[in-house]
Amino acid sequence: MNIWSTLDPAQLINLTIVVPLIGAAFIALFSQQPNLREGVSIITAVVLFTLVLAVTDNTFSKLSMETTWVALFPGLEIAYSVEPLGVLFALVASFLWIITTIYSIGYMRGHNEENQTRFFFCFALSISTVMAICFSANLLTLFIFYELLTLSTYPLVTHAGTKEAKHGGRVYLGVLLSTSIVLFLLAILGTWVSAGTLNFTPGGVFTQAHSDSLVALLLVLFCYGIGKAALMPFHRWLPAAMVAPTPASSLLHAVAVVKAGVFSILKVVIYIFGIDNLSDIATTDVMLYIGTATVLLSSCVAMTKDSLKARLAYSTVSQLSYIVVGALLASSVAAAGASLHIATHAVGKITLFFCAGAIMVAAHKKNISEMVGLGRKMPITMIAFAIAALSIIGLPPMAGTWSKWYLMVGAVEADKMIIVVVLTISSLLNVAYLLPIPIKAFFNTPSGDQPAWSWSETKEAPLPSLIAIVVTTTACLWLFFYPQPLIDLINLIPDVSTELKGRP
Amino acid sequence: MFAQHLPVLPIILPLMAAPLCILLGRSHLAWLLATLVSALSFVISVDVLLTTLEQGVLSYAIGGWQPPWGIEIRIDTASAMILSAVTGISTLVLVYAKESIAKEVDPSQHTLFYTAHLLCLTGLSGILSTGDAFNLFVFLEISSLATYTLVSLGSDKRCLTAAFRYLVMGTIGATFILIGVGMLYMKTGTLNMIDLADRIAEFNGNRTLKTGLAFILVGVSIKLALFPLHMWLPPAYTHAPSAVSAFLASTATKVAVYVMVRFIFTIYGAEFVFHTMSMDILLLALAIVAIFKCSFMATVQSNVKTVLAYSSVAQIGYMILGISLVSSVGLMAGLLHIFNHALMKGALFMAVGAVLLRTGSVDIKAFQGLGKQMPLTMAAFTIAGLSIIGVPLTAGFVSKWYLVTAALEQQQWVIAMLVLLGSLLAIIYIGRILEAAYFKEPSELTAGKDIKEAPMLMLVPMWVLVIANIYFGIDTSLTLSAADTAAQLLTQSMTEIEAAQ
Amino acid sequence: MSFIVDHYNYWIVVLLMMMGFYVVIAANNLVKKIVGLNIFQTSVFMMYISIGKVNGGSAPIAAEGITTYSNPLPHVLILTAIVVGVATTAVGLALVVRIKRAYGTVEENEFEDKEDLI
Repeated sequence: MNIWSTLDPAQLINLTIVVPLIGAAFIALFSQQPNLREGVSIITAVVLFTLVLAVTDNTFSKLSMETTWVALFPGLEIAYSVEPLGVLFALVASFLWIITTIYSIGYMRGHNEENQTRFFFCFALSISTVMAICFSANLLTLFIFYELLTLSTYPLVTHAGTKEAKHGGRVYLGVLLSTSIVLFLLAILGTWVSAGTLNFTPGGVFTQAHSDSLVALLLVLFCYGIGKAALMPFHRWLPAAMVAPTPASSLLHAVAVVKAGVFSILKVVIYIFGIDNLSDIATTDVMLYIGTATVLLSSCVAMTKDSLKARLAYSTVSQLSYIVVGALLASSVAAAGASLHIATHAVGKITLFFCAGAIMVAAHKKNISEMVGLGRKMPITMIAFAIAALSIIGLPPMAGTWSKWYLMVGAVEADKMIIVVVLTISSLLNVAYLLPIPIKAFFNTPSGDQPAWSWSETKEAPLPSLIAIVVTTTACLWLFFYPQPLIDLINLIPDVSTELKGRP
Repeated sequence: MFAQHLPVLPIILPLMAAPLCILLGRSHLAWLLATLVSALSFVISVDVLLTTLEQGVLSYAIGGWQPPWGIEIRIDTASAMILSAVTGISTLVLVYAKESIAKEVDPSQHTLFYTAHLLCLTGLSGILSTGDAFNLFVFLEISSLATYTLVSLGSDKRCLTAAFRYLVMGTIGATFILIGVGMLYMKTGTLNMIDLADRIAEFNGNRTLKTGLAFILVGVSIKLALFPLHMWLPPAYTHAPSAVSAFLASTATKVAVYVMVRFIFTIYGAEFVFHTMSMDILLLALAIVAIFKCSFMATVQSNVKTVLAYSSVAQIGYMILGISLVSSVGLMAGLLHIFNHALMKGALFMAVGAVLLRTGSVDIKAFQGLGKQMPLTMAAFTIAGLSIIGVPLTAGFVSKWYLVTAALEQQQWVIAMLVLLGSLLAIIYIGRILEAAYFKEPSELTAGKDIKEAPMLMLVPMWVLVIANIYFGIDTSLTLSAADTAAQLLTQSMTEIEAAQ
Repeated sequence: MSFIVDHYNYWIVVLLMMMGFYVVIAANNLVKKIVGLNIFQTSVFMMYISIGKVNGGSAPIAAEGITTYSNPLPHVLILTAIVVGVATTAVGLALVVRIKRAYGTVEENEFEDKEDLI
């Protein structure tokens, strides 16, 4: 697995951040030669993935990897240090980057989009910032790249350049920047001033000496300040960002950006507050119930949306809150479930977005009501959609089963039966808003008469896009049967475990 | 031998070069001389800054008259830091000015422009170097008079009324300072700052001194455009030639903030101003109102120079906020912001000046579509704008970080939040311009015109400032240690009081 | 009563200052504004000059038999301030001349654009 074993482990981290940047530079260089440009994109993505695999390898062999770039303030550096949760996120993001690049090639060409170089360039930039977020060693580093991620994805959101896109971009930038500057930064500075450190420390940085009200306030500030986690009422940016081209929506708004949000929340909960201390904080329950309310409400909103991407966006809002809830349950199993959900939801949701994009390219349809009978034209896409939908719902044999399972077990462990009930209801809501789409596509026809079906009538998306869809769909299944590597990785996170504590 | 005279040279050099500029007569010769002199002053200032960081305060007796009888040049880290910024910006602005004033200022007045600029620089350097309260007033007036002239050189006739308004308010402010200094002298019999500080401590709570402080604070507040005494600033910056706006916005008001810091911390002492007179509450309230009112005003202007002018008043609010927090971290944040804001506002005004040169307008409509037509200028504007907002890895983030830290250290959560909310307004007013530049089609103001990128002589200084914005946002060791040393020195009296309690 | 009489120099200063200030604010004519500004500054000159006086002191010229001198320093200081004042007046009047050329008037209420008001 580890083809980079000759490299100094610390260099590996630098490389994971720098390689996408180099890729971006080459993409800009080859702006006139689309084939070369996209070749560079794919090669960069593959190299990055092998790098992350090497990091994973080192993590399993308990090799500590740290590097410091520059001291921004006395005692506060831009520094990186690898820990398992970050590795998990990096694995997911870098793997899906390869797939998304392949998909984008089909999509962008099929759609005849303009400014493709800018698209691939910003894409590589944002992946670089995501890598930096994954491996950040302290909150300052995390914050800096969190902001850079917002800025580097803004051109992707407004890619179309239409009035709608600009409006979406404004909401996107407005919500994300304002929450992060006003609340997140305040929370970070509050932590810095009171705890004297921003380093991610297993078990948390706060001690008994810190006043309860301060810590309680900080938790609220963190939860809302990390606007990328889309906790209601700061979720508006996510549906607004759906004006982006579908590949951007799929990677950024099903994986990189939103997962950077919940990843940050998990990091803060595990390494700043400490899972064991969480139950002593007064506002934990408040935020927990806001999270559960978000789960339910956004599922309800999703049902009312006819635009497929909008429905998926609200579904994402709801699924993100699963992770927030899992983080705030103050249970090690729930935290494990939340971490696993980063991966399982990512593969599921990205497949759904890929399918949405494929439908847009091949059949030029955006609204669900127009997709009746589409299964005949695009069988592979719609089968993939069905599988991914099942995974999001959490039915076996799909990947989503595991994360939901651990979340439920965690809720039981934390003795919060109401969360169990809510998670169940939410699964039913998922069924209600996701499954009708493939069902209608396959079993209903717009006109009523049923001509014999044949392959020749099918009109699927371009081949690269189709390959991408098949790969992620396979991943949805694969992760059900072989979740062990990921679970092993999660068990390495301090205070997080898939085993119940009471068990011998 | 030569080295011992270094502290006085940043004042003497521009003073001597100013009349030479007129004598030279030719515009480009005057430009060359002014730029060289300014650059030389900058090199000396940096050298002085490094010396103060190593050795502490530099003292120089003018004409060999020993203080407190003679006028003392007294440069500590705070003065040296701002002096370096002022002379550095002045040099860059002069490089920039050649192309910029070619279109905005009448050719017959070009040599006068350089003369006035050098005189202004003399005054500013003088304010920053002097250790004598009355001398400070004189230098303040030298720089102000030069400034009124510079503002009146604009191409629009409204620059005249703006300059006149500035002159009336500035003179009232200066006269107030004069009254205050007179009262100080009445009570203490000295004008040397160090002597004053000693004797004021003896007369703690004296009514003459209190009245003097009131006059001085109001006078300085006019000069630094603290809300609500800022009314002269927006028209002056809007109608002055762009090079002048860039220079004034990044230096003149900052030096006035320095004067306030001097009077509060060195002469009166924080104890007198903040405990006996409770000025911190007043300053804090005004600073917060300034941040919000003027940031809001900036969001509704259509003239981009006016936007930046109002933004300047708001940013001054941040500096005063840092001072009014009465802590060494707060003061340090204020000093840092003086320096950092000079970098960003200088770059922004330079970019706007380049747009004015090429499009003939600074209305926000003229910016439409410039992202493609003037990519380098607009990239500079974008980065400097991000710095104003306080995005990480820019200089603006560093000062904001310390400002909020200072507020939080005193458990002032509400103030910390207000500071951060203020940056949201900055997002709006900078964002509007960026949106016009990058996402809108050229308007009727520029449609059909062939708009080229700004000339090299304008781009280089602009980009030097932009790179400085990024550099000082990442490698903060120099600015931080300078600001920290300066703040420690200035708040020495305060920490002693705290220790005694 | 003696409080007023004993400090008569300050009363004159205050009176002049307020007069000058009032003229600056209220005058419609820009030249008159400059005049007001001058009166305002002059009041401060008066203050400086009067504080140099030492009771029973003589002019500060060294002479035999005289032990008390008035303080000459404020007078020297105010010389500088007077120079500054003159320079300000000159710049101000020069601006008024140019305003007259550009706007055709020096009466504030005759400006067309309200934003130009001073």
